[in-house]
Amino acid sequence: MRDREARNQEATSGIEVEEVALPGIGLRHDFQTRHGRRVGVVSHLTGKRELLVYGIEDPDSCSEVVRLDTDESDTLAELLGAPRIVEKLATMREQVPELQVEELSIRSGSPFVGRTLGDTEARSRTGASVVAVLRNDRMIASPSPDFRFESGDVVVVVGTREGIEGVAKILGG
Amino acid sequence: MPAGTRLLIELGAIVFALGILGRAARLIGLSPIPLYLLAGLAFGKGGLLPLTTSEEFLSEGAEIGVILLLLLLGLEYSAGELITNLRRHAAAGALNLLLNMTPGVALGLLLGWSPVAALAMGGVTYAASSGIAAKLLSDLGRLGNRETPVVLSLLVLEDLSMAVYLPILTALLAGAGLLGGSLALLIAAAAMGIVLLIALRFGRVINRLVFSPDDEVLLLRVFGLALLVAGLAEQLKVSAAVGAFLIGIALSGRVAEDARNLLSPLRDLFAAVFFVFFGLRTDPSAIPPVLAAAALLALVTAITKVATGWWAAQRAGIGRLGRVRAGTVIVARGEFNIVIAGLAGAAEPRIGPLAAAYVLIMAVGGPVITRFAEPVAARLFKLAGWRSRAAAVAVSPPPGDTEKR
Repeated sequence: MRDREARNQEATSGIEVEEVALPGIGLRHDFQTRHGRRVGVVSHLTGKRELLVYGIEDPDSCSEVVRLDTDESDTLAELLGAPRIVEKLATMREQVPELQVEELSIRSGSPFVGRTLGDTEARSRTGASVVAVLRNDRMIASPSPDFRFESGDVVVVVGTREGIEGVAKILGG
Repeated sequence: MPAGTRLLIELGAIVFALGILGRAARLIGLSPIPLYLLAGLAFGKGGLLPLTTSEEFLSEGAEIGVILLLLLLGLEYSAGELITNLRRHAAAGALNLLLNMTPGVALGLLLGWSPVAALAMGGVTYAASSGIAAKLLSDLGRLGNRETPVVLSLLVLEDLSMAVYLPILTALLAGAGLLGGSLALLIAAAAMGIVLLIALRFGRVINRLVFSPDDEVLLLRVFGLALLVAGLAEQLKVSAAVGAFLIGIALSGRVAEDARNLLSPLRDLFAAVFFVFFGLRTDPSAIPPVLAAAALLALVTAITKVATGWWAAQRAGIGRLGRVRAGTVIVARGEFNIVIAGLAGAAEPRIGPLAAAYVLIMAVGGPVITRFAEPVAARLFKLAGWRSRAAAVAVSPPPGDTEKR
């Protein structure tokens, strides 16, 4: 059953995701799992999220709705997405041999302790990108430009050999 | 006591009392609007605690309240959203207008009112309260439901049709006659078209001109602009409210988002003042005689709203229970119904008490209906032997699927 107002999009996984505009509220995305359940997310304009699980008896309504604040939805995305990013990187490395993944640590002497990812201008200067940061055994996937480094962070960088060396030089000072 | 001091004391007492009422409404899960109206009735002439000095101030505040209500409504939507909805749901919107305006107009004519006053009464019964509906959808966890886009589209179209309806009504009420009414409609339609076009084409430029990272500057700019345009629209006899609505639509993106956050508290304050003022001007002793008519009207228009929602949801391929939810969530009437009755109050004094009684019933009854309609309908459908869609398809959960129902 498709909504008339739905726009179908294909996620990178190949699964078709429906996108429906909710005027004045935000957007709803949902898809059907292989086991026949429908799950989705309402993204409020305010940044809040609602995790949706649709009912079995009445597939038009949600049997479970979980409200998430911005930090909570980030955490959930991290839990669901982080291992996948590592997996994807592994396959990418196999497919594109010249692409390298390297872990660089931020030492206490680095000029970027306490400064943001955006400040490094790593991508524009070297072409390599920071895809994740490991901190205290936790993975912060796709850190935003305002992400602030701490000493002891391990930065996961993807790029060419030269690109990664360039980032190492910037971070090392 | 000097008049200024008395004004402060009266105003303070009113606003403080509204705060207590608002809290009470939240506690029992009600919209605060009916309680504000009741407070206004108590403060008015012939009420429990008649006011003496603050009425004039409240009257000005009420006018600002209407402008802010419409401005914030416009800020909710972008021009693009309005146009897509108009294209996709025009048929449901037209049915909604026909089914829900007719009972009000008919009752007005039956009571021997002038055609213009009957048209205003049609407006009172037409629009659902988007404020109450949005709150219900969120509180009942229905935002993700598949009938919800249909409901929201109906609400968007109602709001959009206000931009056409209000100028016509304002002109007719001003005694402009048919010619003046058409002229006002032309001006409003032209203004609407121009605003939509500008908002679609030059939205970024406008937003850059208005935007400021400084909250204070942005608040003053947007609020000032809205008052200015509302005043100019009033001067052109197009209704101040529509001017404010158009400004809201023209602003989008970051500006709209920030302005919404900044202006919401201001809107809450002045809208509360507006509802109190409406109650204040309504004679409480005029309500009991119209109570029966209001109850009948409430029954009829509750049925017509449910029918509208049912039909629109069915068209979108929603199952029976979803149709019941879509129909009942839009039964509640509230803010704009009172706005319309307020506009017509001078031309037909009897509209105030009837509209007040009607909105009191609908604002309290609507949310109750939609809360209980779903379980009741589910049971009825089961008794009638209608199986839910999933049961009819008979999906057996695949192995390894251990989710709870």
